[in-house]
Amino acid sequence: MFSRRSLLAIAAISATLGFSPAAFADALGDITSRGTIRVAVPQDFPPFGSVGTDMAPQGYDIDVANLIGEKLGVKVELVPVTSANRVPYLQTNKVDLVISSLGKNPDREKVIDFSTAYAPFFNGVFAPGAVAVTKAEDLSGKTIGVTRGAVEDLELTKVAPADTTIKRYEDNNGTISAFLAGQVEAVATGNVVAAAILAKNPPKRPELKFLIKNSPCYIGLNKEQPALLEKVNTIIATAKTDGSLNTIAQKWLKTDLPKDL
Amino acid sequence: MKYTFDFGWLLDYYPQIAKGIAVTLELIAIGGVLGIALGIICAWVRALGPKWLRPPVATYVELIRNTPFLIQLFFIFFGLPSLGLQLSELTAANIAMVVNLGAYSCEIIRAGIQATPKGQFEAGASLAMTRFETFRHVVLVPSLQRIWPALSSQVVIVMLGSSVVSQIAAEDLTFAANFIQSRTFRAFEAYIVSTVIYLVLAILLRQVLVMGGNLIFPRRSVR
Repeated sequence: MFSRRSLLAIAAISATLGFSPAAFADALGDITSRGTIRVAVPQDFPPFGSVGTDMAPQGYDIDVANLIGEKLGVKVELVPVTSANRVPYLQTNKVDLVISSLGKNPDREKVIDFSTAYAPFFNGVFAPGAVAVTKAEDLSGKTIGVTRGAVEDLELTKVAPADTTIKRYEDNNGTISAFLAGQVEAVATGNVVAAAILAKNPPKRPELKFLIKNSPCYIGLNKEQPALLEKVNTIIATAKTDGSLNTIAQKWLKTDLPKDL
Repeated sequence: MKYTFDFGWLLDYYPQIAKGIAVTLELIAIGGVLGIALGIICAWVRALGPKWLRPPVATYVELIRNTPFLIQLFFIFFGLPSLGLQLSELTAANIAMVVNLGAYSCEIIRAGIQATPKGQFEAGASLAMTRFETFRHVVLVPSLQRIWPALSSQVVIVMLGSSVVSQIAAEDLTFAANFIQSRTFRAFEAYIVSTVIYLVLAILLRQVLVMGGNLIFPRRSVR
């Protein structure tokens, strides 16, 4: 067995290596020479990332990570992260890419770079096909369910006509149940929640009527890595045109990718 | 403690609170009257009614008294639409409260009826009253008088329990408090205000029930 001293030495060496500035130099070159790409993925955010019954990570983000690994010809090492630590993992070079349903905002853009969008993420109004709604004004006289205090509640309250009845439920389960039980004609919610409903194959299928707030997901990577950024963007662009990204969307979100993604 | 209390939102949100109070009062008014009426019928069946009716009533009473109110409410609101019975959240809340109070008050009233001395029935019969008249005048009124304090407590409990109807988006006082909390993030203030309102409502309701009891069952002075 290792003595305590040698364990300490190993720890010290690996720490020095891990934080060495040289590792930042050319991420793409490092990935190719290492033969693995380290990707930060969520493990508590289905359908983007969760742990399956076989204890292996699964989800939209994991499939995208594997797709990129495959195109780069390297093995994929999945690193589970939380939404709070996914950017620090990248900044401290513990991972090469963050594929973790990451949205773009100015604060994040100051510290990391973003690829092109790889997954849709939005709030909108959903209703079965027969309900004729295409914009906020059409909600006039209708009853619509929403989860109280969520972003879509605040936005919908602003844009809905005065004679819209907004029913506010305690949590997403209440909103979903009310929709499926026919207590409300439409729901305002996230595409991920709508996908969760669709996955159960219900009699009432929530279809997108209009967007409330759009915030697609991007792959995060360290700044000043033009080679890696270009490679990732090329892979995403190809995956969009050859349909492989759409297959992933169909698998996890139960709907086609939006045209404008 | 660095927290600065802010009740400024009361100005913007008092219509919500007023509406919440109105809904809560409406729920307990309908639930209380119909619930006690249902309780009286069920108590009569269980104590004096036809034998064949007793098992179904007993099943209803035990089913309701041994399951959570929230589940009963969810069953009515989210469950029944699957059987084609679509109810608005207020109707569902009203039905749930009537059904719930009906079961509890049944047992309270039954206790009052069964505590009636046998001689009282015989006295009614000897005055040539029908069975219904005996029940109505000789048994029920003294029974209710006997158990009125217990029944009043149950009504207050059901009124306070009505706070869970906010879970099906019925806009009662609790819904107003939750709504304000989610908009202003003033949790302490929103809930302290609703707590005080519930307290006042409960005390008022109890007073009304005591006065109502004195009115319906005037104390007979000893002659």
